[in-house]
Amino acid sequence: MGKSTVIPFGPQHPVLPEPLHLDLVVQDETVIDVLPQIGFVHRGLEKLVETRDYNQFIFVAERICGICAMGHSLGYAETVEELMGIEVPTRAEYLRVIWHELSRIHSHLLWLGLAADAFGFESMFMHCWRLRERILDIFEKTTGGRVILSVVRVGGVARDIEDSELAAICSVLDGIKSEYKEITDTLLTDMSVKNRTVGVGTLTHEQAVDLSMVGPFARASNVSYDVRSFGRGAYGALSDFQPIVDAQGDCYARVKVRCLEVLQSIQIIQELAGKIPQGDIAVKVKGNPDPGARAANVLEQPRGECYYYAQGNGTKFLERMRMRTPTSQNLAGMVEALKGCDLADVNMVILTIDPCISCTER
Amino acid sequence: MAYAGKSPWVIHYDGSSCNGCDIEVLATLCPGFDGERFGVINTGNPKHADIFLVTGSVNEQNIDVVRQIYDQMIEPKVVVACGICACSGGIFHDCYNVIGGVDQAIPVDVYAPGCAVRPETLIDAIVAGVAVLDEKAEKLKAEKKGRA
Repeated sequence: MGKSTVIPFGPQHPVLPEPLHLDLVVQDETVIDVLPQIGFVHRGLEKLVETRDYNQFIFVAERICGICAMGHSLGYAETVEELMGIEVPTRAEYLRVIWHELSRIHSHLLWLGLAADAFGFESMFMHCWRLRERILDIFEKTTGGRVILSVVRVGGVARDIEDSELAAICSVLDGIKSEYKEITDTLLTDMSVKNRTVGVGTLTHEQAVDLSMVGPFARASNVSYDVRSFGRGAYGALSDFQPIVDAQGDCYARVKVRCLEVLQSIQIIQELAGKIPQGDIAVKVKGNPDPGARAANVLEQPRGECYYYAQGNGTKFLERMRMRTPTSQNLAGMVEALKGCDLADVNMVILTIDPCISCTER
Repeated sequence: MAYAGKSPWVIHYDGSSCNGCDIEVLATLCPGFDGERFGVINTGNPKHADIFLVTGSVNEQNIDVVRQIYDQMIEPKVVVACGICACSGGIFHDCYNVIGGVDQAIPVDVYAPGCAVRPETLIDAIVAGVAVLDEKAEKLKAEKKGRA
């Protein structure tokens, strides 16, 4: 055993699209400890509730993270609606979930590409992102934006999707399926991919439960926890929803869970597009949250459970808005998963937890 | 500019952006928009890069990182501020931890606004950046001649 050395990793690193700094303590080639340092992206946007009213803040909430933008605006809107006791029209709930699941597909495809890039499979990165453009085209057609959609409002949604457009979305998703299968077949069966992922960065079921891991990261360690299964909003209309889990807890399991979740999301969108009722897409919101009123809410983001808390003070400004995002939860598990892995596998382990630093730091 | 003097290699750093612009920067280089048509290649090494794409505003924690990457780049170099946060601070301009646009830290040559910045805008900005790059290269050449 040699003496230990500290190798700095990030904040500017080719595999990291976002700034995260890790001090890797290595002995020979093995990582024995990891000290994460965050704070490069902190903006302090929770404090903005003091200067933006609850209707304006939805645009700030959306910009917590550009990848989970739809999820954050949805989570925020649901929390404020609960705070003020607003009933959202059913059609709006369906539309929200359809957009949210589309953004899950785009997030997972983006991630599959980045993960492939992390072990040097650059052509796969390009293929995943090419497929992802088709989802972004749907966003652009239905909302006008590519990544920041600005379509959710407190009390409903800003735009409707015509029935013909919904049918077109379903057929685009059908078209994506066959191309997507080629990608997942390669990622899940190719020998060179397996060599880099199987048995790497294992997080056991016990560790995942102890550290309260969330999202696909936990589900890959056999934790059957998915907020969507609570059946809130339009998720309640699904005929069947089972969280996708895997027992192995290694990088391969995490790739597999996310690969399957894309297909699950396609299924959800197609089922909801068939069941969507006619009606209004928004209700008028009047008044302000009562002083002292509190509301909490959870939402399954592409990266896992996100918790929202809001408190009113009788004015149009909220007293407090707080989010606990999935990555801030998962960083503890990432540190555990990194311990004992080879220095060369660090990229892969970090990428497979799908860190979203701007969510974490806000 | 009749033609680009060279294929611009870019380096990307996420200041305190929300990721929206970062994924658009990457999408610009991917098949949908195919920035590589113009010879734009993404590199992780500041010493290899001609154009510095910064997304997001600067804060106390990352201002040194932005300056360091800029200093490590070799002349001639061009900085493109990608997205409204990098231009002026955008929606977060009055956050307590936001100093402002990237021009608070390093000189910016091209501003590409948008929230999130659109890939078409980015391609435009990079092409404009190449023109600035050529200009700077000419100037350097002239200075060298003057010295000799």
